[in-house]
Amino acid sequence: MRSWASSPPTRFSRLPPRFTDPTPEPVSAGEAAGAASLAVHTQDLAKRYGRTVALTALTMDVRRAEVFGFLGPNGAGKTTAVKLLVGLARPTAGQAWVLGAPAGDRSTRRRLGYLPELFRYQPWLSAREVLGLHCQLAGIAAASRREEIDGALAWVGLADRADDRVGGYSKGMQQRLGLGVALLGRPELVLLDEPTSALDPVGRHDVREIIRRLKANGTAVFLNSHLLSEVEQVCDRVAVVDRGRVIATGTMAEILRGDGTVRLRVQGLDPAARLGAFGAPVVEGEWITFTGLEPERVPELVAEVVRRGARVYAVEPRTRSLEERFLQLLRESEA
Amino acid sequence: MRPLLTLAGVTIVEASRRRLLLALALLTLAVIGLSAWGFSRLPATTVGNTPISPSEVRAAASQLTIFMAFMFSGVLALGSVLVASPAISSDIESGIMLAILPRPIRRGDVLLGKWLGLLALVLAYAALSCALELAVIWATTGYVPPRPLHAIAFIAGEGLVLMTLTLLLSTRMAPMTSGIIALVGFFGAWMGGIAMGFGQAFGNSTITNIGLGSRLLLPTDGLWRGAVYHLEPDFILNALRFAGRGAAGSPFSATVPPDPAFQLYAFAWVVMLLAIGCLSFARRDL
Repeated sequence: MRSWASSPPTRFSRLPPRFTDPTPEPVSAGEAAGAASLAVHTQDLAKRYGRTVALTALTMDVRRAEVFGFLGPNGAGKTTAVKLLVGLARPTAGQAWVLGAPAGDRSTRRRLGYLPELFRYQPWLSAREVLGLHCQLAGIAAASRREEIDGALAWVGLADRADDRVGGYSKGMQQRLGLGVALLGRPELVLLDEPTSALDPVGRHDVREIIRRLKANGTAVFLNSHLLSEVEQVCDRVAVVDRGRVIATGTMAEILRGDGTVRLRVQGLDPAARLGAFGAPVVEGEWITFTGLEPERVPELVAEVVRRGARVYAVEPRTRSLEERFLQLLRESEA
Repeated sequence: MRPLLTLAGVTIVEASRRRLLLALALLTLAVIGLSAWGFSRLPATTVGNTPISPSEVRAAASQLTIFMAFMFSGVLALGSVLVASPAISSDIESGIMLAILPRPIRRGDVLLGKWLGLLALVLAYAALSCALELAVIWATTGYVPPRPLHAIAFIAGEGLVLMTLTLLLSTRMAPMTSGIIALVGFFGAWMGGIAMGFGQAFGNSTITNIGLGSRLLLPTDGLWRGAVYHLEPDFILNALRFAGRGAAGSPFSATVPPDPAFQLYAFAWVVMLLAIGCLSFARRDL
């Protein structure tokens, strides 16, 4: 049992310490060993609903204790992928491993937390009762259930409404409750499918804080979202999916890496200076723009400019927002 | 076993919090109260100026008891369909199931837990409503059917069969669809029972076999006939046997005791449908 004691106190207070039935496909010992060190590992995972192809060949890794963003347009197969990982659906082909076990393994689900995209909880129960029900279903020891429930309620900011019927909750409150349900049992992997779709800006901020705290406590978070700013703020790595397959994956820095365009504001540079080794620059007044330059060569360029006696006032590598990069990736994928 | 009991408990709590139990209790008490008034008038009934005899009171009470039992069995059957049809499918559609199923539980536990909870409701309603009605009939007319506990058990069995069928359908179909199918099956089986009575009375093997087939497909009518048989006093049975073809096809009479083989079949039918339901739910992609 991992400890949550290191969690910094926030407005949510402190959380106290903590498939299918489908038959997993046989896998080799090597694959099993490799997958065991990862939170999620999928290989050519495919899912088809009748004639509709939801996933074609999803291959990705999610490391332990990282926040992994899963991005894609509507209909890209994001929710299908999450459902396969938690055992709500069975793959048509390929393999998926979750916490070292085949996706859908019943005992492994004890170590998972899941907030579905379509979240709804028994309206005739109170939030405390819903959490109690999930504690029982998760097999959490009776002695620690109260502590778990109180901790989850505090984390998601529902302690004041814990005994109200869920039927009277707003959509945002129900989503907070869903997040609390996902945090029960101190899971090693939490899968959040659009966790802020019903939340106001304060709620979104709170969710980001929860995600950061989960990561700090060693929990891997699989964040399925199309809110790019949210992903950009909290994710260590992302995968972009389109039409059921991964079209790009990497750290945020790798994904957002620019196209090698660097602008320098320079004075005193001899117009005849030959900087051709760095590409063909475009000069506009004091601004000189280089394109196609590897990031590692920027210091070299600046040093060369200075060596030629010029004064450098600004160096601006052109960066792209995740949204720009996301749209570019989708355009490239379609092409 | 624990998740199963947990989910059974949640099913009962749901029925209670949604005020299903309260509504059923109030309406049932109202009906029983009205019937109490009606039965209490029976001994004072006169033909011309002559009060009817105690044996006539007994005969009338026995037939009215069967009609009341039919009403309660109907309420139980329709109620079973109404509570079972959304039990799985509605939770899937709303998203409640999406949060529950990733827990370390078998889908079969979810289905069996719901079934167990609904079973408790069916048994409780059958036992309490029928026992109260029979007590009212005894208090007002002095009539007690020959084997009331057997009759209640058969009525409960009828509700149980229909509830199990609906729950199975609910693993794959929308609540409305599974409810309609179960109700059509229920009334079809009832008609099949009438056809079987005619077929046997007139020696027509084709009609008899059609009725038998419907009874095997859905044993509700067979169980209802078992309840009726246990509610019929000997003099009514003798009269029915004497009437022969004249009483053929009546859905409110039974001249032969329920076959133990059929009772065993009905039990196996429930177990088989539960197994199919578990398999169907386990294999469903959500």
